[in-house]
Amino acid sequence: MARKAWVDAHRMSRYSALSLLRGAFNGQSHWKPAWRHPDPKPHYDIIIIGGGGHGLATAYYLAKVHGLTNIAVLEKGWIGGGNTGRNTTIVRSNYRQEALHNLFEFGLKLWHGLSDDLNYNVMFSPRGALTLGHSDADMVTLAQRGDAMRCDGIDAELLTRDQVAKLEPLLDMSRTARFPIEGGLIQRRGGSARHDAVAWGYARGADSMGVDIIQKCEVTGFVRDGDAVVGVETTRGRIGAGRVGICVAGHSGHVAGLAGLKLPIESQTLQAMVTEGVKPMINTVIMTQALHCYISQSDKGGIVFGGDPDNWPSYAQRGHPMIMENAVAQGLALVPALSRLRMLRTWSGVTDMSFDGSPIIGETPVPNLYLNGGWCYGGFKATPASGWTYAHTLATGKPHPLNAPFSLDRFERGATIDETGSGPMPSSR
Amino acid sequence: MMQITCPHCGPRAQSEFVYERTVDSVVALDAPSTQAMATLFTRTNPRGPDDEIWRHTYGCRAWMVVTRHRVTHEITAVRAVGPEALP
Amino acid sequence: MTGPTRAKDGATINFTFDGKAYRARPGDTLAAALLANGITLVGRSFKYHRPRGIMTAGVEEPNALVTVGVGGRSEPNTRATDVFVYEGMVARSQNRWPNLRFDLGSVIGLFSAALPAGFYYKTFFGSAKRWMIYEYFIRKAAGLGNAPTKADPDRYSHRAAFCDVLVVGAGPAGLQAAADAADAGKRVILVEQDAVLGASLIRDPQDLDAAWADAMADRIRKAGGRILTRTTAAGYWEHDLVTLTQLLVEPGQVPSNGLAQRLWRVRAGQVILATGSLERPMAFAHNDRPGVMLSQAVRTYIRRFGVVPGQRVVIATNNDDAYQTAAALTAAGVEIVALLDARTTASSVAEAARATGLPVFFNALPKSAKGGRSGVTGLEGVVDGVPQSWSADLIAVSGGFTPVVHLHQQAGGTLSWNEAAQAFVPDVARQNVTTIGGAANPIAVGVIRPVSKPKKSFIDFQNDVTLADVDLAWAEGYRSVEHLKRYTTLGMATDQGKLGNMAALGRLAEQQGVSIPEAGLTTFRPPYTPVAMGTLAGPGAPHGGAHVRRLALYDVHAAKNPIWQPLGYWFRPRAYPQGAETLAQAALREARAVRTGVGMTDVSTLAKFEVSGPDAAAFLEIICATSVAKLAVGRGRYTFMLREDGLAFDDGTVWRLAENRYLLTSSTGGADRMATHISYVRQYLCPHLRVSAVNVQEHYAGIAIAGPKAKAVLDGLIQAEAPRHMSAIPATIAGVAVQVLAASYSGERAFEVYVAASEAAAVWQACEAAVTAQGGCLYGLEAMEFLRIEKGHLVVGGEIDGRLSPYDLALDKMLNKAGGFIGAAGLERPALHEKGRRQLVGLEAIKGDIPEGAMLIAGPGGTPQGHVSAAAFRVVEGGSIALGQLIDGFDRHGEELIAASPTRGQEARVRVVHPHFYDTAGDRYRD
Ligand SMILES: Cc1cc2nc3c(=O)[nH]c(=O)nc-3n(C[C@H](O)[C@H](O)[C@H](O)COP(=O)(O)OP(=O)(O)OC[C@H]3O[C@@H](n4cnc5c(N)ncnc54)[C@H](O)[C@@H]3O)c2cc1C
Ligand SMILES: [Zn+2]
Repeated sequence: MARKAWVDAHRMSRYSALSLLRGAFNGQSHWKPAWRHPDPKPHYDIIIIGGGGHGLATAYYLAKVHGLTNIAVLEKGWIGGGNTGRNTTIVRSNYRQEALHNLFEFGLKLWHGLSDDLNYNVMFSPRGALTLGHSDADMVTLAQRGDAMRCDGIDAELLTRDQVAKLEPLLDMSRTARFPIEGGLIQRRGGSARHDAVAWGYARGADSMGVDIIQKCEVTGFVRDGDAVVGVETTRGRIGAGRVGICVAGHSGHVAGLAGLKLPIESQTLQAMVTEGVKPMINTVIMTQALHCYISQSDKGGIVFGGDPDNWPSYAQRGHPMIMENAVAQGLALVPALSRLRMLRTWSGVTDMSFDGSPIIGETPVPNLYLNGGWCYGGFKATPASGWTYAHTLATGKPHPLNAPFSLDRFERGATIDETGSGPMPSSR
Repeated sequence: MMQITCPHCGPRAQSEFVYERTVDSVVALDAPSTQAMATLFTRTNPRGPDDEIWRHTYGCRAWMVVTRHRVTHEITAVRAVGPEALP
Repeated sequence: MTGPTRAKDGATINFTFDGKAYRARPGDTLAAALLANGITLVGRSFKYHRPRGIMTAGVEEPNALVTVGVGGRSEPNTRATDVFVYEGMVARSQNRWPNLRFDLGSVIGLFSAALPAGFYYKTFFGSAKRWMIYEYFIRKAAGLGNAPTKADPDRYSHRAAFCDVLVVGAGPAGLQAAADAADAGKRVILVEQDAVLGASLIRDPQDLDAAWADAMADRIRKAGGRILTRTTAAGYWEHDLVTLTQLLVEPGQVPSNGLAQRLWRVRAGQVILATGSLERPMAFAHNDRPGVMLSQAVRTYIRRFGVVPGQRVVIATNNDDAYQTAAALTAAGVEIVALLDARTTASSVAEAARATGLPVFFNALPKSAKGGRSGVTGLEGVVDGVPQSWSADLIAVSGGFTPVVHLHQQAGGTLSWNEAAQAFVPDVARQNVTTIGGAANPIAVGVIRPVSKPKKSFIDFQNDVTLADVDLAWAEGYRSVEHLKRYTTLGMATDQGKLGNMAALGRLAEQQGVSIPEAGLTTFRPPYTPVAMGTLAGPGAPHGGAHVRRLALYDVHAAKNPIWQPLGYWFRPRAYPQGAETLAQAALREARAVRTGVGMTDVSTLAKFEVSGPDAAAFLEIICATSVAKLAVGRGRYTFMLREDGLAFDDGTVWRLAENRYLLTSSTGGADRMATHISYVRQYLCPHLRVSAVNVQEHYAGIAIAGPKAKAVLDGLIQAEAPRHMSAIPATIAGVAVQVLAASYSGERAFEVYVAASEAAAVWQACEAAVTAQGGCLYGLEAMEFLRIEKGHLVVGGEIDGRLSPYDLALDKMLNKAGGFIGAAGLERPALHEKGRRQLVGLEAIKGDIPEGAMLIAGPGGTPQGHVSAAAFRVVEGGSIALGQLIDGFDRHGEELIAASPTRGQEARVRVVHPHFYDTAGDRYRD
């Protein structure tokens, strides 16, 4: 009953320009908390471990699509504080492998209506995800990727050199550049979004349907009945559960380890950085076929930069100067005018590098225990799709057709989904 | 950037080294298939110390086992491997 | 008279600000020079475009940001307080239109009541496309300065250094520590971000002064220490590595030797942090107006630069330090209207000051600054709960001190709460680092609660975050300090929260009803102050850190002006067009020469390994998935390699050159990977094998000669019978020892000649002469593609794409039946043997030319069943052919499909065929 009252109260504080205007006259004093801060109940139908974007989206779709609301999301710190709040927010579905682009495209479609669906502006901005090609061979590779997408109904467009130059006037288009630009592949429906808003929007939405979001609640063990998992031990006590879904990104190995599982995942640090804000200079999200850096400009004006992961295992959540300097050198080779901007902030996240570069969404060998992980450096874009399919899996006990190929047993069976073809060692990816 | 003490060259900047894999991922040549695949495709991936195989790629190129803490990056041991390290 | 003043003498340096010419004294920061010229309005804030002046005298400046320099040297967002004026400096204000005084953007401020923290999360709904329309305007309004549009003309260098003791900060504590360490025989590096040494004692010369600092510096240098000024310790990384950024010239200044900045990587035995502390502002309404200045900054401008920033001053403080500002102001002849001391009980310093007649008020807090865009006109305050007001043109504030613990924390150290100073101080250090001086022992302050309305009480000045925003975030459930930061954008501006974080934490703690340390703490990450991207990139920038390797035969090719193609680290000739030939025409001519006569090409970049020793064959049978041991001396064969998961990752040839000596070749692009793989097996997996495996990739250059006339060419060149197909012999060409391998990638009778790279040119000349004598020509990579595709040979990265097994590639018949090779275990994985795998096929065009990379579909709208991995034309007869991967392709020969490339608008009807289009019996290898 208390919950219902709260939910009703919450419904009234819909976000809109009008409600902001109203706030101008009351000192913005009418806003309710975006989500509650409840204490854990003794038992939930489904517990999701990890309050990142994926965990929160899963809870949201469990409630919204499957009508299940006796659900808790347990977060050891603050929601969105993991990779969700640390990523460079590139959203796209331009993968070559069919299973991947189908999953990510399902997500991209959700992205396009997400702000409205959540009544929370996640600032998804389809400014175009541009991949540069630096040789004829690159252009063929890009065409192949684009063709694979187009045949499956996903937008992709091959750009000439001139079209690229027009789109991003600050790129070094000289023929003598170390990595001359021959053209590019653009997915115009791709772009970037505001990462925190994604976590917060899903949290607010899930909460409004009755999901308990419990922060500062770390899962420290599993309660077992025979083989089966029937609950979790946490820093806020024991909580029973019908099903438990792991959704902890870089900490997948650790949490699965609490249940005695070893995973095809190695945790590595991935760092990113942002410069001081400047007036608009980069229009799209720029990636490249030959280099390991990607560049975009945030709405605040900062140039967001990313590079290679630190190719060694780490939970340090701390970057590495060598990798960073390398990424910057590559970025400057592409956009020389960035040289005088100043790098303002660096940060990093612990990524869950899987052994074929693709995610894992599905059952584990332990009854009632499910896994969502292995997103490597690219899971933000999948947040809606990951939540949707994981919710389906947790609600029904069976995979959704879109996540069926991403089973945990595919590695030992030999059905890996390897976008880059670089094999099982995450350090060589 | 870490500093790794190569058993042959002494302390060197990490930029001279390449991480290759963990010791627990080494697939024995004669391992039966299921065991080999389990070794290849799973890791303990501890949030603590682990034994890792590194190579002094941009130095003497020797391989070594580095015991390193995954959170603090503290290195507690480096052991030479390879023909020269055989008993 | 109001506002800042300075005597006009001594100003000899010319500079401009917003196009107007001014003069500065040597040693002036831009901020000092602007104040000296009476300029108080310097910038506009990020969100509401509020008028802003100069608030600090250091790197923490949030307001006075300008663009300095011109063209490719222009540097946006430069802190006027942290750039020294040089002759000809061009400085411009930013984030305003049309000009600084009349900025249209400031109308946003009128709507600030409707635009609280995070307002954008609550509006602008509709489709993503619609958001982009709003976003267009938001992006235009956001950002501060303009980035340059031209390439940077200057260079940046990187340098590594080692020392026993690295001291950061050259104030009294740092100078003393550095001198002591240097005297003790330690290798010392002392760094200071300022241009001069002394730090606080330049501002507050007392027992120690600038002369003392100079004396200490001499001592350090005499003892062999190194002192770097204009150098910031920006990042503290693992194992006591500290990165320093050194300005060799000021931002925007033209460097005499082309070098603008240097990045140092210092590995230190010990690090001493003497980084001091930063003064905090106070929260009261309109505390962001030009003319509100930090108390120590006021002193700095007076004592260091001789600029008196105001004539009628109110000081607001919660500590004793501000009394020194009062002294400095009094000495400069300035009237102090009031000194508001927030503490309820007077300290001895305060009492002493009051005794001199200073108008000190206790339990006195600032409430609201009056004034406009050029400066303040007064202050309203509350004394013992009673409102009072004063007129003033300068408000000096001191809200206590925040120790600079950034580097300590970057090193992994923890912090503890110092209640007396209301500040976090270093606690346990993780690495070999100690903090000394003011950074470890900040001075005591009184605890204060702001008395003003939170709405216009700024705590993050640049981003316009107020106390009201903190309150709103709390009310909306953003309760963790990280949520607060992210929701309000607090601490995200270019000053990285140096001024505002503590005020926000205090407010948050108040809301939560807990103490500040319980409320939480955010982590500091590198860099301490923002670092130019050019500095990070260093000399790597122009080539993205990837150097080009030069072919041994580069000059020979370059003389022929070929079309180059990047491959691995190299550029290789793709074709040698004659006259007006296009690439395709040249390639076809070259390929035909090989099919009908003879051609030659440079294959030097192929990976090559010399494997020798009694266990060489056993070793190779681990690396290669084919059998090697049965190979006779002088013979070679095709081979391929699997990863541990059983999938193919490279291929090449293996040659038995002598009883226990082999040569293994593999792909150019995979060379590094193969070298590592071989080294892993040699060094880690099988250390007991008696074998040596040496990477000889660039030791040998390789020349391939192919075509029906190749044997005749070779016979002549080596003056002997050329070896038969897949045989190898040592020989001499042009007096140089070479190894001749009879191997064919083209499908013709062919040879590869390997020669020490240093002697390759002579051999090449001889070969070329012989080839042209036979009517042949050079061929490049494009012709090679045509030839190998027609022959059905595989290429790494094309057909061997890391996703196919030897079964999928129809290589399984060659697998070593004895097993024991790497990948044998992986091959047993069940899914590799199930239906639905992609398999290698040939494709023959029925209609149209097959586009390379195209998808194989059954018909319009079909989902891909495979793709074209390589496309070519039959070299002699013509006709479009291709290799591809197709689901269950082995069983589908004869089937018709469409090869579709929607991105290029190309399409062909194709028939699935066997992937060998040419000489399937291999007759052409036989003489
Ligand atoms: C620097 C960087 C850049 C990236 N760039 C991109 C990009 O441009 N595009 C893209 O698509 N992806 C990108 N990614 C990847 C993307 O961020 C992630 O794949 C995605 O955000 C993962 O979301 P998540 O919800 O699974 O994980 P997280 O957001 O990490 O959430 C996991 C949560 O689990 C919690 N947790 C862990 N252990 C426990 C426990 N025992 N009990 C309770 N809670 C626990 C953590 O605190 C955390 O909040 C990037 C990642 C990084 C680090
Ligand atoms: Zn070494």
